[in-house]
Amino acid sequence: MTKTLNLTLKVWRQNGPDSMGRLETYNAGDISTDMSFLEMIDVINEQLTIEGKEPIAFDHDCREGICGMCGTVVNGRPHGPEKGTTLCQLHMRHFSDGDTIVIEPWRSRAFKIIKDLVVDRGALDKIIQAGGYVSVNTGGAPDANAIPISQDTAEKAMDAAACIGCGACVAACPNASAMLFTSAKISQLALLPQGRPEAATRAIAMVRAMDELGFGNCTNERECEAECPKEISIVNIARMNREFFKAAFFSEVK
Amino acid sequence: MRLDAKIPAGPVAEKWDLHRFGLKLVNPANKRKYEIIVVGTGLAGGSASASLAELGYNVKTFCIQDSPRRAHSIAAQGGINASKNYQNDGDSDWRLFYDTVKGGDFRAREANVYRLAQLSGNIIDQCVAQGVPFAREYGGQLANRSFGGAQVSRTFYARGQTGQQLLLGAYSALSRQIAAGKVKMYPRREMLDVVVIDGQAGGIVARNLVTGEIEKYSADAVVLATGGYANVFFLSTNAMASNVTATYRAYKRGAFFANPCFTQIHPTCIPVHGTYQSKLTLMSESLRNDGRVWVPKKPGDKRSPSQIPESERDYYLENKYPSFGNLVPRDVASRNAKEQCDLGKGVGETGLAVYLDFADAINRDGRDVITKKYGNLFQMYEKITAENPYETPMMIYPAVHYTMGGLWVDYNLMSTIDGLFVLGEANFSDHGANRLGASALMQGLADGYFIIPYTIGGYLAANTKKQVSTDHPAFKESADRIESGVKRLLSIKGKRTADDFHRQLGNIMWEYCGMSRNDEDLIKARKLIRDLRGEFWENVLVPGSDKDFNQSLEKAGRVADFLEFGELMVIDALARRESCGGHFNEGYQTEENEARRDDENFCHVSAWEYKGEGKDPELNKEQLAFENVKLTQRSYK
Ligand SMILES: Cc1cc2nc3c(=O)[nH]c(=O)nc-3n(C[C@H](O)[C@H](O)[C@H](O)COP(=O)(O)OP(=O)(O)OC[C@H]3O[C@@H](n4cnc5c(N)ncnc54)[C@H](O)[C@@H]3O)c2cc1C
Ligand code: FES
Repeated sequence: MTKTLNLTLKVWRQNGPDSMGRLETYNAGDISTDMSFLEMIDVINEQLTIEGKEPIAFDHDCREGICGMCGTVVNGRPHGPEKGTTLCQLHMRHFSDGDTIVIEPWRSRAFKIIKDLVVDRGALDKIIQAGGYVSVNTGGAPDANAIPISQDTAEKAMDAAACIGCGACVAACPNASAMLFTSAKISQLALLPQGRPEAATRAIAMVRAMDELGFGNCTNERECEAECPKEISIVNIARMNREFFKAAFFSEVK
Repeated sequence: MRLDAKIPAGPVAEKWDLHRFGLKLVNPANKRKYEIIVVGTGLAGGSASASLAELGYNVKTFCIQDSPRRAHSIAAQGGINASKNYQNDGDSDWRLFYDTVKGGDFRAREANVYRLAQLSGNIIDQCVAQGVPFAREYGGQLANRSFGGAQVSRTFYARGQTGQQLLLGAYSALSRQIAAGKVKMYPRREMLDVVVIDGQAGGIVARNLVTGEIEKYSADAVVLATGGYANVFFLSTNAMASNVTATYRAYKRGAFFANPCFTQIHPTCIPVHGTYQSKLTLMSESLRNDGRVWVPKKPGDKRSPSQIPESERDYYLENKYPSFGNLVPRDVASRNAKEQCDLGKGVGETGLAVYLDFADAINRDGRDVITKKYGNLFQMYEKITAENPYETPMMIYPAVHYTMGGLWVDYNLMSTIDGLFVLGEANFSDHGANRLGASALMQGLADGYFIIPYTIGGYLAANTKKQVSTDHPAFKESADRIESGVKRLLSIKGKRTADDFHRQLGNIMWEYCGMSRNDEDLIKARKLIRDLRGEFWENVLVPGSDKDFNQSLEKAGRVADFLEFGELMVIDALARRESCGGHFNEGYQTEENEARRDDENFCHVSAWEYKGEGKDPELNKEQLAFENVKLTQRSYK
């Protein structure tokens, strides 16, 4: 049944990358339990606007858990308390009347704050640009059924490919590592025959880019896996490490 | 102006080959002297950017989101069609062509649709080569399913995330070209104008959404792949940033807008739950394969579904359409749901929902079978509604989903502005008055990977190369105009937010220009929209500044365009004195309450020409000829 909640929000407000940020407190009254978390912020923003204040900046687009645009740290947890759920799919029924909710942006050296809860995740794109592709031009591809791929392999590749690139893994990691993100792409392509020819160069280039962009190292904390809204497995990190070491030891590319 | 669609001569199956041969080529060494702007990184824009860069052109690509990987295409669930005939069940280019023309209720161009069918197979080959993890059979071959009532299995899919995987494929190809320096990527930019110099597109002006800067970019040709305008309804299944701004501003610069009233309503979405609702979620159409749609027989019956006995339930689709039952096409299913709710038989807290019941299917096939087929959908439903569809019927209601209308383009995908090309959902070309499931992804990728790389070359080679530069006064004129528009929005300081206006506009469009329309309502809507637009420019409240990251300002600009565009939709709906596909005017229906086309007078594309502020747009017609598919009336009884 629909109920309403009265909540206290503590929201990170920051004008720009170089300004000082601070937590501001807002009362969120009459919040329907059927609302999504982002709809709750919409309601607060409408109020702030009417009161002549600046609304809270936050990223979002699809609002159905697939574009990876949304994401903030809610009470210390990326995308909030529900397992396998993006912030846009988190509903207010998971909170209780009287709760205080602290809302902060992703924090990482590689993600600069643009404003309030909005960060620059361009570094993730740069990792993909370093090698997260198969080098085929448009045209001239062989018939799609020319190379059979076992169902099991296709499923595993799909498990890895399900990453939405939101950056929660980085925000969750005490070292702000982007290992889960990077390994998901390396795994997907390493599993498929189409990705094999470049597996070695890809692994080396992407891992190198990740380091250069200021992401931290993996020390097996497993927070990334626990907080990933798509439940991407750290098996991918193991697979990436295998690819990386194989490449580093046996391949010509260094 | 006489519209020339430039449809090549010859039999429909040979047109594309002949045309490609006839197109002039740009010498490989010269390609790097050309600059091309691509706006949008969905399936259409992403694939176009990558393919053009691979050919050697210098590409500048723009998108609103922080990364090209997040375009609205990412949300497509069901799949992508291709006439591979891997299942040996009788599919062919001809059949896909035929189905698409008929499904579009004979308001699409035959030549374009045939080309689409022809290219569909290449798309799958290309995507597999990129590493798109499509679903596979045990033997390792690609799996297919039948989708949206098609009689053959031609839909390729990657779980319920086909759009995501196809987009990530295009994004990876794009990323490779960014790394190679052939594409310069501009994320968090919103294109606000096309710059036209001596009748040719010479660039764009965009707002940097982080700094607020108004930026100018020149090019030898401009490609718009900016998606559909379903958000004119406020509530739709589209992503929040989907807008009409890019295409509408091009319209104001001389690109004709075709068939704006052709919008698609999807029958199976999760119903609206409150006034704060920001968007609607689609539930895959496949659910209708096993779910039975019903409402209580008695209007106003507020009992819980389990307390309504069989004899007091109305399985209205099964009763009315005995041969198709719950599987009637999208538009028919949607209209009937609305009709039941208008009769007071709607269910749920708002009365704006009907049941989709799986009890019989679970009894017949067992819960395991149903879980295997729909498990993830049931889970998604439960996440949003907190109700368990295994135990209580789902509630569904139609929602706006896709827009068939868009900028008018010729066979080369060029608009009525020379050098301005339009791809994907942003153009009007292939789906007529109604789009079939799994064919938007196909069209976006056909346009981007396989059509524009040829036709843009033909345009560039046929024109003498000009020296375009942002120093041209046309850029300044445009930038100044944008700048003052932005200032004006901020200076009004009224009492209502842009969202508030948008919601009200959405209500008007949904009530009067939605699933079913009539002249009286449309005339009323036109006045309501004008009044609302008047109020907007006096009473909108846009906080913050223009030299900053300001989402309220972005939103206000888009709503301002929707407030003008909504009127164009109504004008188009009024002018089309027939019913066809997604456009249902109650004045034109068969005795079976089906859309009644008027092929004698309306077998044309309506292309609207902007005539200036405060003036009515002018209607231009492109006559459609059906030489390969016979014009017939649909019937689903
Ligand atoms: C929920 C849902 C499910 C769907 N499922 C299917 C399906 O299963 N099969 C199918 O075939 N179709 C499906 N569709 C339809 C299909 O997804 C879309 O029609 C298609 O993806 C549109 O692609 P596009 O490239 O034309 O545009 P989009 O993907 O909408 O991309 C638009 C791009 O333009 C950019 N842009 C827009 N305006 C501006 C501007 N002013 N300045 C700069 N950039 C701008 C955006 O940032 C974005 O990058 C579905 C649609 C929805 C809503
Ligand atoms: S808004 Fe797209 S994942 Fe949340």
